[in-house]
Amino acid sequence: MYNSKAYPDTKGHFGIYGGRYVAETLMPAILELEAAYFEFTPKSEFQDELDMLLRDFAGRPTPLFHAKRLSEHLSGATIYLKREDLTHTGAHKINNTLGQILLAKWMGKNKIIAETGAGQHGVATATTAALFGMDCRIFMGTEDIRRQAPNVQRMKLLGTEVIPVDSGTGTLKDAMNEAMRYWVGAVRDTFYVIGSVAGPHPYPVMVRDFQKIIGIETKEQMQKKSGCLPDMLIACVGGGSNAMGLFYPFMDDPVEMIGIEAAGESIASGKHAATLCAGSIGVLHGSKSYILQTDDGQIEEAHSISAGLDYPGVGPEHALLKDSKRASYVSIRDDQALHALKILCKLEGIIPALESAHAVAQAMEEAKKHSDDYKIVVNLSGRGDKDLGIIFSNLNGGV
Amino acid sequence: MNRLDKIFTDLKQKNEKALVGFVTAGDPGIPESLEIILKMCDAGLNILELGTPFSDPTADGPVIQRSSARALDKGIKLKDVLEMTYTIRQKSDIPIILFGYYNPIHAFGIPSFYKAATKAGADGVTSQWPDNNLPLIRLVAPTTPKERMAKIAATASGFLYLVSKTGVTGSDGLDTDNIGSYVESLRNVSKLPICVGFGISSPDDVAAISTIADGVVIGSAFERLIEDNLDSPDIATILADKVSEFKNATIMK
Repeated sequence: MYNSKAYPDTKGHFGIYGGRYVAETLMPAILELEAAYFEFTPKSEFQDELDMLLRDFAGRPTPLFHAKRLSEHLSGATIYLKREDLTHTGAHKINNTLGQILLAKWMGKNKIIAETGAGQHGVATATTAALFGMDCRIFMGTEDIRRQAPNVQRMKLLGTEVIPVDSGTGTLKDAMNEAMRYWVGAVRDTFYVIGSVAGPHPYPVMVRDFQKIIGIETKEQMQKKSGCLPDMLIACVGGGSNAMGLFYPFMDDPVEMIGIEAAGESIASGKHAATLCAGSIGVLHGSKSYILQTDDGQIEEAHSISAGLDYPGVGPEHALLKDSKRASYVSIRDDQALHALKILCKLEGIIPALESAHAVAQAMEEAKKHSDDYKIVVNLSGRGDKDLGIIFSNLNGGV
Repeated sequence: MNRLDKIFTDLKQKNEKALVGFVTAGDPGIPESLEIILKMCDAGLNILELGTPFSDPTADGPVIQRSSARALDKGIKLKDVLEMTYTIRQKSDIPIILFGYYNPIHAFGIPSFYKAATKAGADGVTSQWPDNNLPLIRLVAPTTPKERMAKIAATASGFLYLVSKTGVTGSDGLDTDNIGSYVESLRNVSKLPICVGFGISSPDDVAAISTIADGVVIGSAFERLIEDNLDSPDIATILADKVSEFKNATIMK
């Protein structure tokens, strides 16, 4: 049986994955962060402050919603939606930024940087930095700036400097490269808020721990609603933070877990972001995991309609969950995600983020295999307002 | 005595400091790159850091990012870098350090990489691996605390590479006072020669660093010159002239 408590080890390894592959200039900062994380976050004063912020600022707990019409439409399993889209800023990302920026405050750092893809992590970081009165810079690829314009405006309004990154494909990977380069120069007084369970140790474990509130609440809410555990959990996986947050508290329970990657146009076309499904083992952005790469170890570009899943790496803990078969990973194409998005809008009155729509699409497939006593929880990780432009340009008017 | 130890011993006798040059292998193409490197060696370069191009060079500034991209556009792979190492070794005794990001080495296979690097005539690497008999060049940064300096020095050989500043390669501004105190701290924990790199771009910079360290590493300044002369038939000579100019600045009067 998979022993979730065994990972990571003291050097941040999840089996062969994880670790710390960073420039020496950053090593002392990473070690300082690790020490601060393990010293401060268990303290009751820290936890009390974080609980207050999650409750009064972010709006937690988020509801677990029985998607009755969707379930009936599929005439299969009963589907529940964990409504992370209802948090302040509209995605699960705020859980992590509140945790990390509170930690930055405890460490005495008041300059914040972050990378963002879809802009949800950027908005959550900008929001939290404003709340704490901290100076904030967000690195964002030029392609993502184009396709997620509303989020760029939100960040600017919140007083954040958005720094466009035009190297590579101008997407999340390139934003993260540039954030790391900036951090090397500003490391003495700047806290880097990584938005996913990726990056060097301690980020994967820290982000997971700040996100596990999703799974903890889900467990309690499910117990209250039906007196039992869900049978299956489904979440989309780019770097994998909303999935780890939902999965982790269920790790030792008899619950099936499926992570959904972006198949883009299709895996066969090569235009996808399905790192676990179609990638191989390598090192990117400070940790070992599955990545999309050439035979020669150059990082390949990812493709997805959803900016938040458009990343050629994935968190190291997911790599271990895949290898150990504790979770399984499948992929959903752009067109399938769009289809699921339309269904959810019409049947439940919820516009999901394109990222989350990938999870909804898989849930629709899984639901058909079961009867209504089978309970599926889908992490509805974010809301879709940011995606309206891209949704309409891809639906060709056929809403 | 290995080539690295020998060069530092020889230079000490001559009262000179080491001029270490970083060049991205295969920029702007393999034949051009070989010609450039060999002329740089003839012009007095003391140690060559041969860089394997990588798609996502997160420790490098724009100049080396672009040089890496030019080499990748030519399809340069790690095996080409190893072949170039072999070619250079046939024509020069210069110590060659293989520089690069970890993932291409990981994809090549780490034990295979060390075997191939040794066979090609490389003298040092920058990635750690147990049972590796090639000298391991380790980097120390301005942020590295003293206790960590000692730990790093204990596993290093050949020389210690002191990063002059917090920042990526090619950043502006050199703070020689601070560098002097980092060098002093390093001398307290290691007898290895110390070479200083990052942001060193003029003969004056080289002369200033030469008074406090055992060697000076130039990377972006060479790559910028390559970039500015991509269409010039004299590109190799231009680089060689720059090497002579820098080399003169390492000679202690």
